[in-house]
Amino acid sequence: MPTREQADVVIIGGGVVGTAIARELAKYNLAVILLEEQPDLAMGTTKANSAILHAGFDATVGSLKATLNVRGNELYRQMKDELDLEIDMVGSLVVALDDEEMKTLSELQKRGRENGVPGLEIFGRDQVLAMEPNLAPDIAGALYAPTGGVMLPFGVALAFAENASRNGVQVRTECPVTGFVIENGAVVGVKTPEGVIAAKYVVNAAGTRADAVSRLAGDDSFAIQPRKGEYILFDKSVGNLVKAAIFPTPTKLSKGILVAPTIHGNIFIGPNAFNLTDKDDVATTAPGMAEIIAGARRLLPGLPLASGITQFAGLRAVADSGDFVIRPSSITPGLVHAAGIQSPGLSAAPAIGEKIVAILGELGLPLLKKTNFIPGNPRHAVFSKMDMEARHELVAQNPLYGKIICRCETITEAEIVDAIQRPCGARTVDGVKRRTRAGMGRCQGGFCGPRVTAILARELKIPLTAVRKDAPESYLFYDKIPGNCEVKNNV
Amino acid sequence: MYEHKAEVVIIGGGPAGLAAAVSACDNGADGVLVLERDREAGGILQQCIHNGFGLHHFKQELTGPGYAGRYLQQVKERPNINVMLNTMVLSVAEDKTIMAVNPQYGVMRIAAKAVIFTMGCRERTRGAIRIPGTRPAGVFTAGAAQRMVNMEGYLPGKKLVILGSGDIGLIMARRMMLEGAEVQAALEIMPYCNGLTRNVVQCLEDYGIPLYLSHTIVAIHGKDRVSGVTCARVDEKMQPIAGTEFDLECDCLLLSVGLIPENELSRELGLTMDPLTAGPVVDQLRQTSLPGFFAAGNVVHVHDLVDFVSEEGEIAGKYAARYAAGVLPTDGPVALVKATDGIRTAVPQVIRLNADDTATLRLYMRASKPERQVTLVISSGDQTLLERKLPVAKPGEMIVAEIPADKRGAIKDSITVVLKH
Repeated sequence: MPTREQADVVIIGGGVVGTAIARELAKYNLAVILLEEQPDLAMGTTKANSAILHAGFDATVGSLKATLNVRGNELYRQMKDELDLEIDMVGSLVVALDDEEMKTLSELQKRGRENGVPGLEIFGRDQVLAMEPNLAPDIAGALYAPTGGVMLPFGVALAFAENASRNGVQVRTECPVTGFVIENGAVVGVKTPEGVIAAKYVVNAAGTRADAVSRLAGDDSFAIQPRKGEYILFDKSVGNLVKAAIFPTPTKLSKGILVAPTIHGNIFIGPNAFNLTDKDDVATTAPGMAEIIAGARRLLPGLPLASGITQFAGLRAVADSGDFVIRPSSITPGLVHAAGIQSPGLSAAPAIGEKIVAILGELGLPLLKKTNFIPGNPRHAVFSKMDMEARHELVAQNPLYGKIICRCETITEAEIVDAIQRPCGARTVDGVKRRTRAGMGRCQGGFCGPRVTAILARELKIPLTAVRKDAPESYLFYDKIPGNCEVKNNV
Repeated sequence: MYEHKAEVVIIGGGPAGLAAAVSACDNGADGVLVLERDREAGGILQQCIHNGFGLHHFKQELTGPGYAGRYLQQVKERPNINVMLNTMVLSVAEDKTIMAVNPQYGVMRIAAKAVIFTMGCRERTRGAIRIPGTRPAGVFTAGAAQRMVNMEGYLPGKKLVILGSGDIGLIMARRMMLEGAEVQAALEIMPYCNGLTRNVVQCLEDYGIPLYLSHTIVAIHGKDRVSGVTCARVDEKMQPIAGTEFDLECDCLLLSVGLIPENELSRELGLTMDPLTAGPVVDQLRQTSLPGFFAAGNVVHVHDLVDFVSEEGEIAGKYAARYAAGVLPTDGPVALVKATDGIRTAVPQVIRLNADDTATLRLYMRASKPERQVTLVISSGDQTLLERKLPVAKPGEMIVAEIPADKRGAIKDSITVVLKH
C-alpha cells in the first residue's frame, strides 16, 4: 500500500538551486520535502561547473540573471560565516587581448555598474601583469571585479541541505518523481516509487530535466538545452600560477575558457560550450580537451599540462528563453519553476531561494517565521587546516582523527565517518570525496579509494559489494566466491 | 604533545625502509624508528602474492609477503628498531624534526639525527594521462585492484582490459585470469613493452592474452559502470590514428601506466630533485642534497626488482647510522654522473670521491629506448671505467653496473654513461 504524506512544499531536485530553496523555506513553519533521484545531492550541474562566484557584470541589465546574480553574491558573503561556506573572494579579471576587446571591457564595466556591481575597474597591461605575472605578456588589459570569487559548489549545496535538514526539511535521495497528482487542472501532489506525497506547491528545480518534469505536469512552456562544458583540474603544486579567476573577453555564447584557482589551491581550466541532445552525456572528449587547453594557453602560456590530475564535464541547463525561468507555471497551478539555471546560477542560488519563497508567498502560502530556526551548521573539523596542537587535542578526543586515510589531502578517518553520519551524509565514495576531499588529490583515490569503500560499508552496515562510486548502479567490487557475486540490492 | 627521539628515523616501512632499518641498526645506530602509514609494514610486497622476489638478494624465489617476512623477522630480532604503524608523517623540517600522527599517540614531534626517505612510489592515474570518456565505476589503477583482490578478497571486475604494460598490470592480468575473470587485452602506447620480459611470457602469453603495442584507449564508455573502451593504434608521435579504432567490451579497466616516486616531503624540504627520475638527487651513499637526509628505493627512482630496493635501503641505513654517529664527512670532492646517448637516467647522480672505499659504486640506469647489440660505456675524462656488451637494452629493465674498485682512482669530476652501437 503506497504511503500518502502531506507537505506544504515539495522541491524536486537536490542541486544548489533546490537546496538553496529548501534552506530558505526552512526558515518558515512549513512542511517541506526535497526529493533527489540520485544517491546523493549535488550530482548534476552543481558538481561540474566553473565554481565561480560571479560579480554580476555579464548578464543583460534587468534580466533575472543580472539581478539574482548581484543579490546572490551579496547573500553568499553574508552566509559565508553562518554556514561555514567555502568561498574565497579572490577577485576576477576579464582579460582583453587587443583594443577591440578593451572596448568590450568598457561595455562590461558600464553594464556591471548598471547591474549594481561594486568596485569594477579597468587596468592596463602593466598593472594586470603586476597582479598576475604568469599571464600572457601580450595582453592589452583587464576588467577587475573585487566581488568575484571562487567557491566549492557542491559544498555550498550540501551545507544548504544540511541546514535545511537540521531545521526540519526532509531530504530524500534516490527518490525520483515519476508523475504528478493533478486535481482540477492543478498540481496537488507528486508520485514517487515510495508513494504519493500531497503538496500545496511543488517547486521544479530539476536542472537539465526541469522541462521533462514540467511536461509531466502538462506544462510544456519551456525547453532545456543541455550545453556541455569540459574542464581539466591541476595539481596543487602549480596552484600559485594565478591568484584571481581569469576570464577571456566573453562572446555571445559563453564567458569563455577561464583559468581559475580552486578554493583548495589547485587551478583548473575550462569550460568549452557544446550543445547536446543527450542529457546524460558528461563524457570528456579529445577535441574538447584540446579546445580548452588551447583556450587556456592564450591566457596562461605556461600551462603545466603534465600536472593535470583529472578531467570532467558538466551540463549547463540552458532555457530556450535564454534567461532563468523562475515563475509559477502559466499552465498548471501549484507548480513553480526554478529552471533554466545556467551560469550565473551558482552565484544566484541563494537569491533564487529568496525569490521562490516570495513567489510562494504571493501565491498564498502562509509564511510564518520559525522562532527556533537554527541558522548555522556545526563546524566540521578539518584536520588538514589545523595547527599541530589543535590536531593533537582532536586525536585525544577521538583517535580516528589520528588515522590518515587520504594521504594526498591529509583526510582522517574521523572526518570521513562524520561526512557519512551527519545529516544528508555521504552514501557513496564520491559523496565522501565531495564532503571531505578524500580522493581529490594527485593520486585520485588510488590509495584511499579501497579504504573509503571499506569505511562506507562499515558505517552504512552494508556489504562492501554494495558500496557505490556515485550513480545508482555504480557498484565498485564483486565478491570473489563464484555464484555469490551479483549485488541484488543496495541495502 | 608526544615527544620522541631516535638516531635514525625512516619514513616508510616498505622493502627499502625495512632494509634501511636493519642496516642502520647493524651499523651501530642507537634507536631506529620506522614510521609506516599502513596497518602493517612490508609495503606493496604484502599485496604481491606472486613469486619471483628475492632471486638476487636471497638466491631463492619468494613471494612478496615471503620476502617482506624475511625482513620483518630481522627487524623483530633487533630490539633497537621500533616500527610505528598507522602513522602518517605530516612534515619534515631541515633540523630533522618530524611531525607525525597516529591514533595511539596523536600528534608526535620526533627529533632525529639522520632521516631516511623510503616512501616508495604511487601509480599514475587516468587523470594524469587524460583518457577521454565517461567516469563510471570500474576504472582502477592496477595496484589498487591488486590490493582489493589479494588482501581484501574482492574482485574489481569480471571482464577486463588493461592499459599499459607495466609489471603490475601484467601480473594483474594473470591474477584476474586465475580468479576466473576474462582479460580481453593489454594495450601499450609505446612500440615496446614496459614490463619485464618474464612477465610478458608468464602473465600474457601463457594465458593467450593479446598485447597490442602502439595502441591506446581513446574513450571509456559506460554510465554507472564501465561498459567498454574504444582502442586505437597510435602513430610515432603517440597520437591515435583515425580509422584504426575498435571497441572492446569490459566492465573494468585496469591502468598500469607508470609509477611516480612519492616525493611530496622531499619537495617541501627543498631537496635537489632529478627531473628525469622524479626523485631526489643522491650520492652513492644515498645521501641527498641536504646533509643527514638519505633516500632509497622507489622514492629515488622506480625499480623493477625489490632486491635492488633492499640493496639501496641497506646502503642508506649504513651511512645514515654513520652520519648520526658524526663520522660521515659531508663535504669534499664529487663527480657528477651524466646519462648521455641511449641512457635516460642514472642513479646515483653524484659520486663522493672521499667516501669510504667499501661503499658500492654501483650505477642503476635505464635505457632511453630498446636497443640490440650495444655497448655500455662508463667513463671519466678519457679513462674508461667500465665497458660491457649488452645483447639487449630495454627501458623496462634496469641496467646495473658496478665500477670496479681498481678504477675508482681514475674518476675525475664527472662520469659519463653512454650506450654505443
